Amino acid sequence: MTTQALLRLAWRESRTARRRLALYMSSIAFGVAALVAIDSFAGNVTRSIRDQSRTLLGGDLSLQARAAFPAVVDSLTDSLRTAGLPSSRVTTFASMALAEPSGGTRLVQVRAVSPGYPFYGAIETVPANGWSTVHSDTVVFVDPSLLIALDAKVGDKLKLGQQQFIIGGTLGNVPGDAGITAVIGPRVYVSDKWLPQMALLSFGSRAEYEMVFKLPAALASPKPAADVARALRRRIDPADAARIEALEARGERERNGPGGEGEEAGRDSTIAADSTATATAAMTAAPRVRVRVRTVADTEREFTQAVARLADFLSIIGLIALLLGGIGVASGVNAFVSAKIDTVAVLRCLGATSRQVLALYVVQAAAMGLVGATAGAVLGVAVQFLLPRVMGEFLPVDVTIALEPWPLLLGLGTGVWVSLVFALRPLLALRRVSPLQAIRRNADPTSLPSEWKDVARLLVDALLVGSIVAIVLSRIESLRDGLAMTAGIVGVVLVLWLAATALIAVARRTTRPSWPFPLRQGIANLHRPANQTRAVTLALGFGAFLLSTVYLVQANLLSRVQTTADAAAGNLLLFDVQDDQAAPLDSMLRARQHPIVQQTPIVTMRVEAINGVSVTRLQSDTTVRRAGWSLRREYRSTYRQSMQSSEKLVSGEWFPDSATRAAERATNPQLPFLLSLEQDVAREMGVALGDTITWNVQGVPVTTVLSSTREVNWGRFEANFFAVFEPAALRRAPQQYVIVANVPTGAPLAEIQRDIVRRYPNVSSLDLTLVKQTIGSIVDRVTLAIRFLGLFSLAMGIPVLFSAVAATRRARLREGVLLRTLGASRQQVARVLLAEYGALGALGALTGMLLSFGGAWGITRFVFDDPFDPAVGPTFVIALGMLLLTMTIGLLTSRDVYRETPMIAIREPG
Amino acid sequence: MLVARGLTKEYLSGTQPLTVLRDVSFEIPAGAFVSIVGPSGSGKTTLLGLLAGLDTPSRGTVTLDGEDFGRLDEDARARLRGEKVGFVFQSFQLIPTLTALENVQVPLELAGKVNVKEAASRARDLLARVGLGVRMHHFPQQLSGGEQQRVALARAFVNEPKILFADEPTGNLDGTTGEKIVELLQALNRERGCTIVLVTHDASLAARTQRTIRLKDGVIVEDVLHPRDPAA
Repeated sequence: MTTQALLRLAWRESRTARRRLALYMSSIAFGVAALVAIDSFAGNVTRSIRDQSRTLLGGDLSLQARAAFPAVVDSLTDSLRTAGLPSSRVTTFASMALAEPSGGTRLVQVRAVSPGYPFYGAIETVPANGWSTVHSDTVVFVDPSLLIALDAKVGDKLKLGQQQFIIGGTLGNVPGDAGITAVIGPRVYVSDKWLPQMALLSFGSRAEYEMVFKLPAALASPKPAADVARALRRRIDPADAARIEALEARGERERNGPGGEGEEAGRDSTIAADSTATATAAMTAAPRVRVRVRTVADTEREFTQAVARLADFLSIIGLIALLLGGIGVASGVNAFVSAKIDTVAVLRCLGATSRQVLALYVVQAAAMGLVGATAGAVLGVAVQFLLPRVMGEFLPVDVTIALEPWPLLLGLGTGVWVSLVFALRPLLALRRVSPLQAIRRNADPTSLPSEWKDVARLLVDALLVGSIVAIVLSRIESLRDGLAMTAGIVGVVLVLWLAATALIAVARRTTRPSWPFPLRQGIANLHRPANQTRAVTLALGFGAFLLSTVYLVQANLLSRVQTTADAAAGNLLLFDVQDDQAAPLDSMLRARQHPIVQQTPIVTMRVEAINGVSVTRLQSDTTVRRAGWSLRREYRSTYRQSMQSSEKLVSGEWFPDSATRAAERATNPQLPFLLSLEQDVAREMGVALGDTITWNVQGVPVTTVLSSTREVNWGRFEANFFAVFEPAALRRAPQQYVIVANVPTGAPLAEIQRDIVRRYPNVSSLDLTLVKQTIGSIVDRVTLAIRFLGLFSLAMGIPVLFSAVAATRRARLREGVLLRTLGASRQQVARVLLAEYGALGALGALTGMLLSFGGAWGITRFVFDDPFDPAVGPTFVIALGMLLLTMTIGLLTSRDVYRETPMIAIREPG
Repeated sequence: MLVARGLTKEYLSGTQPLTVLRDVSFEIPAGAFVSIVGPSGSGKTTLLGLLAGLDTPSRGTVTLDGEDFGRLDEDARARLRGEKVGFVFQSFQLIPTLTALENVQVPLELAGKVNVKEAASRARDLLARVGLGVRMHHFPQQLSGGEQQRVALARAFVNEPKILFADEPTGNLDGTTGEKIVELLQALNRERGCTIVLVTHDASLAARTQRTIRLKDGVIVEDVLHPRDPAA
């Protein structure tokens, strides 16, 4: 037969089955849609980042530091400026803002910029020309949300530190800021010439310093810019430059501490120690300031990697959708095959070879797979437009949406391939249709002989498994995760298959003659020859598993955030309280009868030496694995006699009571102080119990012995610390405080915040109720994103369920018609169906649900590193929903049986 | 034309071997019109399956136009069927998704020996010959039983087979319609010199063939020649 003739025959022969085959093949559509949407979205974001990377950085090159730049940077900048390389400064810090006349206060994120910034892109303001006045007038530009929070309007006064400004306008789009940052801390843009007048930095507020350069066009492309960056790095800090270059030579990227991105003080004292007074410290041995040099290419790479991680995570949903679709295709095609047996037998009689028959239906399946995949691709493109709405707030760039041809083709190709591979296995059975079936009317058309040693089938099986592994591995970069996921999928399929097999065995043994006929018949259908019990259970169970897992993980994450927000003891948090401000603040609160819940001292320090070996030497020693960040960072530590509820002792012993220690110290004045470290930081530092750690506490060496390690629950609104000292060690060190007080909300809270800001502008105060609301609104947005994914997985389960149930449709029709002929009423036939689908639905949904506890546990435990708390009730609701859905779909697909007269159903062609 | 030698077919019925055909031998010369008759369960359909190469015997051989089916694999047998064998079934067995014309074209397209135009024109001629020139674009469902069987006849003859197997071709039809089909079979047998093997349990139908082989419990109990049909 010629190819042309084959295609023609395939086209004609598919006439009446096209719609049904397309329905089976549409199972693949959701998988393709997910892949296309995710890849296109990632492509869009990556392209937007590439287009806007200069805008993200604000220039071609930037220097960043967590403390004021060392003198070398200033002289360098000056000489570069005289050489014609313009630069601009950005200083970012948190501060209290006080609005007049409303008297509202709010902790804000101040960005003080010098003229010229940004070199690329623009800071949009309302009114539009407002920004031009920023360096000439005493004005600030604020997030619109701040105006609402402060009950202020444009033109009102805003006090930052010691300086009063006029609110010149509101901020629109600001390059490099994700929209969500406004929720966390409203932004205030101001000219940096007012920094001295604000007098906030002289108190030593924790600030980020950035110097942005604009390079001449010749140097702005990635390669020359990298050379400039390297040269700058060598000039600023030759030792650090050598270290980074050595890393680069080994093809590694610099490793950062928790929180990533050069996070030097991210986690200790969760909110508390966010700013500190180093100015008051005796700077005898000023700690080295690390200056990071970044180019546009670096920024682009960092953002792109973050997007790739997000896409990886979303890809898991896409992959599962695709595999689920594959299962749908397989069970649908299975049904299709059993309807085609008569035709194939005739074709064989007429001289068709098994290869021709196979080719005929493979062509049909491929064509319908293409239709399904195309539908999916179209849907994917549509979803791509939705994704930025759901995720856009978390992204630092404005995503421009464009059709991405490569993801589209890739999704289409993957979809056709998966549907074909999954369709191939049931289609292979058509090779074994005997021409005898055309004359043997009594032959059971659904029982095709199968052989284990069938080479083609083994080949298809290998192709199937190989394709799954290849697709999973190509989408998930980590080999370990990819294999773990494949193993997980195989495990779930295996358990479901076993459960279905068990159901068949149980159905065979338990059916009793005493049962009412419909129930007996329905249950008997589960084990009759050529039953689809396994296929339906697999499709249904997998769907239930997936849905339930997504739900459980979501519920777990949300409940964790909720408890975090609720766990705070007080509602007013004061930080950056200086040594000499603690006592007056204390009495101010007491005078108004606001109880102080907690007052925590904070001392800043760096690691000087471990077991007598200096940090500088340790960093060049590669024999011991220590994370550089744990040695370089500035620590904000505290001292106290007792443990907190957020801590758990992991090893060693907590500090003995102070009298014992004082007595010991009296006999041996050189006795080192006791220290407790958080377990992860101890591991990163490479220290064990009994090791000696010498700290540089603002110029004074303090020698400690590690006496215990702790597990810390960081997710609580409490001041938590990496390093906790016994009180004697730090009592006399320069320190500041975090104070938590309980103040009635409403007027008293607003009043005390305002009075504190007026008297102590450097002290930041946080209304925790507000923080809870803020977290709530972030959680809402995250929930929206997760719900979206959950709905998506629900939607993709339905066609699969349809396919799985349709697989048994023919057998059902034949039996239903026979029963009707024998005098069964429609209700009786419907009851038989309900019994069968009820049993199948219950098994699939319950097994899927049980499996989902395992899946959700694994994800929460290993991906999110959280304890797992199963939400049993709601998952039962999901399982019940799946059960009802199965029964509805079962009745719907078989409606011909009880809707039409038996004659019509008999005439209905396969 | 068709030679059966010692054909035996055994099935496993549960654990018991069941012999459906026992040592059946006969020869059918080219151009003959032969009927195989016998009661239900006598092995008629099994024999037909073996003669047409749809099934393989437990023992014995079938040689069709000099080719031994036993030496061919299933696909080669399929090709041989496509080339030399035509089928007519009791339940017509038209492909429901194809029109009458397309159904008739299928064997030509499967064999791939003639081009589309040629295939369509041959199919059209044959449909006209069986009296369905005006209904050739109808689907099987839209045709009556007799019409469907005439389409099946056209399909069986389109490849100009050397031999035609008909399995109870009138079994699903009323008397008059069945009569027309038999007349068509006879006419095609005469016009095209095609060998016809007819399986039936209708004695009057069998009497209109040239020779009747009677089966009972898997063995040949009678093999008689009929005098020339006076109607022919």
